Amino acid sequence: MAKDQITGAAIVIKALQDQGVEVVFGYPGGAVLPIYDEIFKQNKLRHVLVRQEGGAVHAAEGYARSTGKVGCVLVTSGPGATNAVTGLLDAMLDSIPLVCLCGQVPTHLIGNDAFQEADTTGITRPCTKHNYLVKSIEDLPRIMHEAFYVASSGRPGPVVIDLPKDVQMALGDYTAPTKVMHKSYKPQVKGDIAAIKEAVKMLAKAKKPVIYAGGGVINSGPGASKLLTNFTQMTGFPITLTLMGLGAYPAADKQYLGMLGMHGTYEANMTMHDCDVMLCVGARFDDRITGRLDAFSPNSKKIHIDIDPSSINKSVRVDLPVIGDVAHVLEDLIKVWKSTQAKVDEKALRSWWKQIEEWRAKDCLAYQKDDKIIKPQLAVQRLYELTKQRKDVYITTEVGQHQMWAAQHFRFESPNHWMTSGGLGTMGYGLPAAMGVQVAHPDALVIDIAGEASILMNIQELGTIAQYKLPVKVFILNNHYMGMVRQWQELLHGSRYSESYMEGLPDFVKLAESFGLKGLRATHPGELDGVIQEMLDADCGVIVDVAVAPEENCFPMIPSGAAHNEMIFGADVKTEGAIAEDGMVLV
Amino acid sequence: MNNSIYAANPYHEEERRHTISVIVDNEPGVLARVIGLFSGRGYNIESLTVAETRHRQGLSRITIVTSGTAMIIEQIKAQLNRLVPVHSVSDLTIEGPSVERELALVKVDGVGEPRVESLRIADIFRARVVDATNESFVFEIVGDTGKLDAFIELMKPLGLVDISRTGVVAISRGPEGMSGQE
Repeated sequence: MAKDQITGAAIVIKALQDQGVEVVFGYPGGAVLPIYDEIFKQNKLRHVLVRQEGGAVHAAEGYARSTGKVGCVLVTSGPGATNAVTGLLDAMLDSIPLVCLCGQVPTHLIGNDAFQEADTTGITRPCTKHNYLVKSIEDLPRIMHEAFYVASSGRPGPVVIDLPKDVQMALGDYTAPTKVMHKSYKPQVKGDIAAIKEAVKMLAKAKKPVIYAGGGVINSGPGASKLLTNFTQMTGFPITLTLMGLGAYPAADKQYLGMLGMHGTYEANMTMHDCDVMLCVGARFDDRITGRLDAFSPNSKKIHIDIDPSSINKSVRVDLPVIGDVAHVLEDLIKVWKSTQAKVDEKALRSWWKQIEEWRAKDCLAYQKDDKIIKPQLAVQRLYELTKQRKDVYITTEVGQHQMWAAQHFRFESPNHWMTSGGLGTMGYGLPAAMGVQVAHPDALVIDIAGEASILMNIQELGTIAQYKLPVKVFILNNHYMGMVRQWQELLHGSRYSESYMEGLPDFVKLAESFGLKGLRATHPGELDGVIQEMLDADCGVIVDVAVAPEENCFPMIPSGAAHNEMIFGADVKTEGAIAEDGMVLV
Repeated sequence: MNNSIYAANPYHEEERRHTISVIVDNEPGVLARVIGLFSGRGYNIESLTVAETRHRQGLSRITIVTSGTAMIIEQIKAQLNRLVPVHSVSDLTIEGPSVERELALVKVDGVGEPRVESLRIADIFRARVVDATNESFVFEIVGDTGKLDAFIELMKPLGLVDISRTGVVAISRGPEGMSGQE
């Protein structure tokens, strides 16, 4: 045995430090105790103790999305790993770079139905970008470094490392990270220049262009958002963003049409439907975006920039794919645009904008004001108005109506400030994610816009917020319903509200106080501003319980199975038969 | 009319059979990744074979016969390529001429005229007898899938008892090897 050999657990900690990990979110258990022992012995790597492993993964997601770094999770074997699964799949669908270390029973017990044993690599295979079972201490340093490379390069995603306890305790040599190319995994970063030239030609010829950008822009880094903004403003094209892309283009700019898709704006969806050239930047034609597929933007030529070749032609056939990292491709696109002195068709663009302004004039996000009861849209708008002067505002959400209202009415001027569960739609995401954001940005204003149903799914994390004195603000739009479920039941199932009313809700004010946090309540529109201000003035964690109109629906909406130009709106919605029979089978 | 966005084939295209060859790291779980990808995304597997081909580099070749529309086949290839231990993916059906072979062991029992007839047909198909008793034969036959199907069809009335097939292995014609195994 060489003198400088160290234990597997020490190798893990050293590798995390060398990979620049500052904080790991986790929960201890029998199969990871050697690693926790190493954490105890050092001061560089900070550990945040969550209250359930699912919370750890969402916290790491929030951390990763608000910093652009890899989020790191540490959980024990068996139930520790299975509790992490939802978060892993959430990170998979939203392309969030994570490394999740799971303890495992000793190698000689694997397959023995040992205590707290789970087939972690088997279970997590379809919900991770890649996973590893470390069977020998010799492989450990390489796998640790490789995991960070796989998680953060190409289309980012979660990576699981399953660490049997005997490997954690074995002695081995540590090797520092090197710049060695992976033998089989080599994502393409630079776009094909011929394709980019072709894209410039198509865009210059466009009479009714639109830019449709998504989470790929955010993942490509703040530089990508700048390049996207440059290109959009250079050309004068209209731009719309997906739920995942909010913040990639400044919302205040006049060329911005708002979010598109199922609860997107009328002007964004109509522009998508009627355009003749679509430039899709780092988005994936998800079913919430396209609506009815065979009626999706029927007359356009589509250009698709994506780092993941499997996103190309997955659901919508595109005319020109450009495989590569968004920032690299946009940089080349701008270069070629300038060097070929490409010009837009000014006249056509003017009349296109005239049409768009007509759509915009419909003011599709308008809602009926009420001076007795708080409208949820108003609550989000006031929250935005009272915080917009601050640059360091981070918003997370849970999943449901409140999430869509937040996306519609809160406005984002820069990337990495909006964290929501887009692909998987995980209720319970927002509170732990906000925790992760606050850990990364201790002085920032971090608000979880929540619903009273979602918040209960990971409410235990209030304990984490209390323990670490994280000043997270939880802003609950409380309508006593699982609002989005109730809305679909109203539109699709004859207003039979099967199991969507929430009874036995806690008193959120007292709940906050029981954790040593501040609890506030607003029940009348007149109280709203005061309560929000009180929340902002508090330097501790706060829960605000906002009693909102119980039966308010989220509009506009593309009903399932409908096309972009078949949106329904607040005032003219019919409660029965708004969605055709064949749309009912869709989710 | 079905306007479902989840319809299997919104473009109503013809499905075609493709033979796809995949070079992978020979490591635990790699086959589960490939199979899980097919089952999880609802792709067909008509046949699948796997064995180590380059021991020194630790590489295996997986040959998959699948069917789908052009768009689905493109997806299958892209999804396979996305797996971290996959070195390369080639679609032998469209990337130029290739050779496909399959091996089957076919057990036939019988006495008298059917037994003689089965031997005669085996001779026509160039199948070899690898086991014989007084009332049975095991034939070994090599060829493409169609030839094996035809042979098995002919054996049915002659006392077919059991079949074991390897599934398709395939390789491109000409001097070039597949990338990813340099």
